[in-house]
Amino acid sequence: MKAEVAARPASPPRGRHRLGAFVFLAPGLTYLIVLLLVPLALVLSYVFFQRGRFGGVVYEFTTENFTRLADPLYLGVVGGSLKIAALTTLIALAFGYPTAYLIAQLPRKWKTIALIAIVLPFWTNFIIRMYAWIILLNGPGLINSGFEAVGLGPFELLYNQGAIITGLVYSYLPLMVLPLYAAIERLDPQLREASANLGASGFTTFRKVTLPLTVPGVLTGCLFVFVPSFANFVIPEMLGGGKTLMVGNLIRNEFLKARDWPFGSALALALVAVLVLLLVAQAWAARRA
Amino acid sequence: MFRIRFTRRLPAVAVVAGLALAVAACGGGSTDSPGAAPRATAEQLNPNADLSKQSINVTVWDGYTPKELPEKVKQKLKVADMKIAVHATNEEAMTKLTAGGDSGIDVAFVSGQYAQALNEQGLLEPIHPELIPNLSNLYPEATQLSYDKGNRYSVPYTWGTTGICYRTDLVKSPPTSWNDILKPPSWADKKVTMMTTERWLALPALKALGYSVNTDKDDEIAKVKDLLLQAKPHLLGYDDTTFGDKLKSGEAVMVVAWDGWCPTTDPKKNIKFVVPKEGSDLWVDTMVIMKSSKNKEAAHALINYILDPEIHSWAASNINYKVPNKAAMDKVEVPEGSLLGIKPAELLNGESIIDLGQGSVKYTRLSSEVTAQ
Repeated sequence: MKAEVAARPASPPRGRHRLGAFVFLAPGLTYLIVLLLVPLALVLSYVFFQRGRFGGVVYEFTTENFTRLADPLYLGVVGGSLKIAALTTLIALAFGYPTAYLIAQLPRKWKTIALIAIVLPFWTNFIIRMYAWIILLNGPGLINSGFEAVGLGPFELLYNQGAIITGLVYSYLPLMVLPLYAAIERLDPQLREASANLGASGFTTFRKVTLPLTVPGVLTGCLFVFVPSFANFVIPEMLGGGKTLMVGNLIRNEFLKARDWPFGSALALALVAVLVLLLVAQAWAARRA
Repeated sequence: MFRIRFTRRLPAVAVVAGLALAVAACGGGSTDSPGAAPRATAEQLNPNADLSKQSINVTVWDGYTPKELPEKVKQKLKVADMKIAVHATNEEAMTKLTAGGDSGIDVAFVSGQYAQALNEQGLLEPIHPELIPNLSNLYPEATQLSYDKGNRYSVPYTWGTTGICYRTDLVKSPPTSWNDILKPPSWADKKVTMMTTERWLALPALKALGYSVNTDKDDEIAKVKDLLLQAKPHLLGYDDTTFGDKLKSGEAVMVVAWDGWCPTTDPKKNIKFVVPKEGSDLWVDTMVIMKSSKNKEAAHALINYILDPEIHSWAASNINYKVPNKAAMDKVEVPEGSLLGIKPAELLNGESIIDLGQGSVKYTRLSSEVTAQ
């Protein structure tokens, strides 16, 4: 025993450091490996096989699942989802930027309150909030009753793409506001003062100083909104009345209704590929900004 | 497109380590040899088996059996234990039951066409009628269901049909045809809903065109697609869960509905159900016993117990589903307006949806095409 202890070389500080890093990294790494890499590997492996009659896969090699992706039907669905997600992101940016900007100008106490108000909706179940939108937007609903009271309408507000985009913007707006707020808040006020001192108008200062410096925040916010909007399947079903098929719905249907896991996997991978491309583009743009 | 036949585990060798692990873990998940498997000969079961050495695992839709059923079964049948797992859809149940090896499930509740498919895969234990004397409680019609004539491998639990559920006060004339949904009159424009689940999405158009609900002919499905696409701009939406609410709120005036889901007993008494003149389907939810079960005597005893009028009538009285059990239905008080009164003979006019095997892919595509445009 003693000999053993004596024989053990004093661990060099670098080694100890490495061990410490490993201990701290282990939970995170395990999480990533078990819950991200393994499922991803599974999905990747399913793509090359054929569907079992009741779901699952039959291990017969095929590339059919990839060729099917090029079917105009599915390309159309992906295109439609990109359009909806892009519109959602633009609208969220249009609402989110001024909101974040104004919150950043508030006194410290009010900032906290405003930020809590922004995340407050997250404290209520998502499905319940969507039902609330149904009650607001439907034919005999609150908004239409309001219009009717002033002699307008009723308008067709629910079960169309407009309703889907409304629901998506509502759900993900906080994800736009928070990174924008972080970016705007970090700005050194002296930069704007300097700009004003040098004779720039408020708008010029915004355009030439504030906006360029907050581009990374804008990109992060856009990504945060775009990604979950693109893959959403609950909102198209609830607020879209099932009349619009988004990629998320398609993947859900292939896995759960059609029990075609291999093709569902191919769709899921295509989605991942699109999102990775977006991440790369965002990183590249953020570095240039 | 090209296909190479591999042995089951070979691909695992070719891919990265994590992948190999993943594939091997799921190796059992494959469903080999689709198509009709030979029916294995029935195992000899012992009518006097000691049930206290057996325990029963059931998978069933949530809320589809009485809450106290496990307790009652344990008391009455003296089985060691009974556990209930729930599934949300047939598809989920199929995934559970076909995941390879012993699913651990003894008795499963699935719809008729899924029971048929499970049987074709050789996964079901034939029903031993001598262990289920209560089979005699069933309506004679309930033994003539097209997916399983003579109840060879499934016992029906509930049955019903699909039709149009409508607001008597909001329609100008009561609907009589599937065309009232597919080509709604102007007063119903954007105030009708159809189902989203593939086979039921197609049902109104199939019947309106005079086709079988089980067709897999491409030209017929193409015509169905055209008709469904024509109907789409006039729909409020596709819905198979909340159509009753949409009808009650007045958002919708006519909806395609399963009879048990049409709120005809609503206190306002303004909702009615009709089976369109072109005909409809007959759906049946059944109980099956898995071949892999090690508790087959207890499983039979459980089915026999459920067929007891006291127990079986629960579904009609509490969740408003018709049960194919004459003795049970005779006990049920049918409230005014209730659809429980639909007679078995009328139900049998409906065409049973049967499993289409690979033909089902066509319906998946149809529903994607219709909802995507």
